[in-house]
Order: sequence, then structure tokens, then C-alpha cells
Amino acid sequence: MNIFDILGPVMVGPSSSHTAGAARIGLIARQLLGCTPEKAEIYLHGSFADTGKGHGTDRALVAGLLGMEPDDPRIPVSFDAAGECGMEFTISETVLRDAHPNTARLILHGKDGRRVDVQASSLGGGRIQVNKLDGMDVCFSGNCNTLIIYNEDRPGLVADVSSLLASVSVNIGTLQLFRDKRGGTAVMVYEIDHPLSPELVQVLEQFDGILKATYINVKL
Amino acid sequence: MSFHSIDEIQELCLALKKPFWQVVLEADAEEQGITPGESLNKMQTVWQVMKSSIESYDSDMVSSSGFVGHEGGIMDAYVNRGDTVCGPFVSKVISRALMMGCSNACMRRIVAAPTAGACGVLPSILYTYWEDRACSEEEIIHALYVSAGVGQVIANRACIAGAEGGCQAEIGSASGMAAAALTALRGGSPGQMADACAMALKNLLGLVCDPVGGLVEIPCVKRNVVGAVNALSAADMALAGIKSAIPADEVIDTMRQVGDAMSSQLKETSRGGLAVSLTGKALAESLKHK
Repeated sequence: MNIFDILGPVMVGPSSSHTAGAARIGLIARQLLGCTPEKAEIYLHGSFADTGKGHGTDRALVAGLLGMEPDDPRIPVSFDAAGECGMEFTISETVLRDAHPNTARLILHGKDGRRVDVQASSLGGGRIQVNKLDGMDVCFSGNCNTLIIYNEDRPGLVADVSSLLASVSVNIGTLQLFRDKRGGTAVMVYEIDHPLSPELVQVLEQFDGILKATYINVKL
Repeated sequence: MSFHSIDEIQELCLALKKPFWQVVLEADAEEQGITPGESLNKMQTVWQVMKSSIESYDSDMVSSSGFVGHEGGIMDAYVNRGDTVCGPFVSKVISRALMMGCSNACMRRIVAAPTAGACGVLPSILYTYWEDRACSEEEIIHALYVSAGVGQVIANRACIAGAEGGCQAEIGSASGMAAAALTALRGGSPGQMADACAMALKNLLGLVCDPVGGLVEIPCVKRNVVGAVNALSAADMALAGIKSAIPADEVIDTMRQVGDAMSSQLKETSRGGLAVSLTGKALAESLKHK
């Protein structure tokens, strides 16, 4: 653990898992959608459902969806901010199968018909893990620059994307592959050591066989 | 590099002839691929947030449950009357620890140190010492590196989450970190810092995590006080020359073993301890009607 994980995060209280982690889940989900949601369906599971209200989990998730960082003093009044931004949201309790106790599922709708369905867990200390994306099992933290590619499940696409990254001297830290079924839709999650330009992400989206590319940029 | 033992840090201090804080600082800069100056800037931010959390405490606040909020102000008013049992310095530490715990519960901005629930231990001591003894902010920043190094070892060898190790992992760790930091501020040796950490943590072994209604309020706010006052006494013992019979690294390992042996009822699940006392249950029940 880094020493600034020990003396940190700087956050709005009261709980690193239920408040700071929830804000980060909202923030990462917003980045996965690629814009401020027009409508957000928020589902709370386990301890998030049981004690979330007293921990401000609901307000922190909404704050994150509006782009607020976990230390943003506006987190306690994020519901008002959502009204001002025109973001509609609903919050309800749910039971998710085999999920970590601190888990939320967010179904977000944005401009141009954008939609993303994210399930993420708060692991403690403000750290999170995205474990489902549009119904597919995934596993990433959002702590690194992360490139997420939706593609047709066929040969060559990992090589295509990796070659492009290599050509701009971007080092791949980790690479995970997921798919719904053989020959169906696949997801590649690249955690990379260097930032990517938005232009490069657009280039990737033009590749034959790539359905969508999303990029989460980590602020240093 | 990430430190896995207090011994290792002490040996580096000796081998490199560098103070504890500098060994931790340089290791952090190397690990993150940044300059020591950049690391120092980040630590400066940590200190500024700690300071502003204490200074912006508002005694009119109340948490959304209604359980806590005013305690820091009540204690502060009592301290200002000038007739406390503990004397001005310790009493101020107590009031600041309460202020931080309340601010956290009321959704104010704090630094998790090492957790949000234990966020009052370290700043209550450092702020009061900085104000009372007129030490420089640079010295405080150095002390923060000492506490972070100790905290990193605790996180690596044991844990710092109540859900994993009980409150000993949160308030106990914070207390050990603060005791080492204060010993550093007073010019103690790396060995004395290790002893201070060991004694502080030893004295809180077995402390359970039993939040009423699952909230970081009862008993968490007041446990920040015991963490802070315990750290003061451990630092003074170490500075007096009293050694911990059990070395710091072994105490940390023991904390982990005690945490592992602790029933899950006593690890943040609110299924044991004060959370299931008659009043604790009644308070939790009252939340449902809010």
C-alpha cells in the first residue's frame, strides 16, 4: 500500500468504503458512459442498502455521477446539484447474486442514446472494483488508465489494439479478456501505464470488429 | 518500495545515516516515480486538509442520524473554562479528536488516517502540538512521514480495516502511527519511535468494531479520543526510555492474529458489542423511522 493510501484518501466522511468508495463508483460509471447521465437508475446491495443512507452512500453515488471527486464538499448536497444539472435518478434496494456486501449497480442513460450498466464494489479505503459491465463479468479498479474495448469475438483484435498501443509507446500493465459467448461480444480491459489521447481512442473505434472503445483517464 | 517491517526501516536509518522520515520519503518517491519534492507537496496537502478540518469544525452540526455532532464543541467549551483533570494540552487533544470524529460523521472533508473512522487521532495530536509548542510545519510534515511509514508496515503485515481486524486495526493503528510521529517530533530515536508504536498498539489489542446502526458514530467518535490519549502516553513512555518488551513488528503480527481470532460479530457487522446492547439496538431501530 502506498503511503498516501495510509494518510488518505482526502475525502468527505464518514466512511471510506460507504462514502468515498461510493463517490468513486459513481465517477467511474460516469466515465464509462462518457458524459453526465440524463437518467440514472441506482441499485444498492448488501451493506450499501442496509446502512447506505446513514453513510451518505446515496448522495456520494449521485455526486460521483455528476463528476464530483470523493473530497468534494458538495457531496452532502449532491441531490440538489443533480436537480440543477437536470440529472434524474432513482435509488432502490436490490439483492445481487454473489456480490460483495458493498456493491451498487448503476444503469445510466446519456445523450445520443448512450447507455451503460455498471456493477461495482467498494473494497475499503476508497478502493473500488468494477465487476460487471453491460452484463459481462469484468474486473478492474479504475486506479490505472484503463482502456475498455467492446469487440466481436474473433481472432486478431487483441493483436490489433496491442500493436496500436505499442506504436505510440504505451506500456500495457495488465490485460483481461471477457466474452459473453464464443463468437459473440467480447470485452478487453487494458490497464496501461501511459495516458491515451482522445484521438487515439477514436482511431480504435474505427477498427474493423471493434464495437465501442471507452477510456478512463486517471488524474495524477 | 513498500516497507514490510519497522526493523527494516530502522536498519535503513542506521545504514544510510538518515532520519526515519527521510527513509520513508525517499522510498515513496522511488516507488511512485516522483521527486522527493513532489512527494513533500502531497504530504503538505495532507497536513493542510487536517488543519482545515479542525479549524472549520462547526459545533452546531449534527450527523444525519442525529447521534453525534456537538461533542467537540461541548468539550472545547469545558477546556476553555480552564479546569480540566487532564490539563490544557491533553484536554485540547481530546476536544480536537472529538471535533474530527464529529466532522467526519457530518460529511465534512477529512483525511483518512489510516481510515475515516480513525481520522481524529493523528491530527488532534499534531495540530495541538504544532499550536502549543510552536514547532515548524516542516517538522510536522516529517512526523507525518514517520506515521505513514509505520502505517504502511501495519497495513502490509496486518490490516487497517475494522471489517478485517476490528477497531484495533483502525484506532489501534492510528494510535501506533501517532505515537511514533510524536516521538519523532520530540527528537526521539528510530528505536524509540518503534517502541512508542509498539506500546500504543499493544494497549489497544483486542478492541472490537461494534458500530451502532452500522454508522461511524457510536462509539467511533469517542474512540478517537482513546487512540489519541493512548498515543501521548506511549510516546512519553518511549521518550522516558521505557522499552516495549515485545518488538513493534511482533506486536503488529499479534494484532493480525487477534483480528483473525475475533468473531465476525465484532468486526463492523453491527452484530455484536455495543451495537447489540439494549440502547444500541433501540438507537439502530430509531434510524428506520427517520
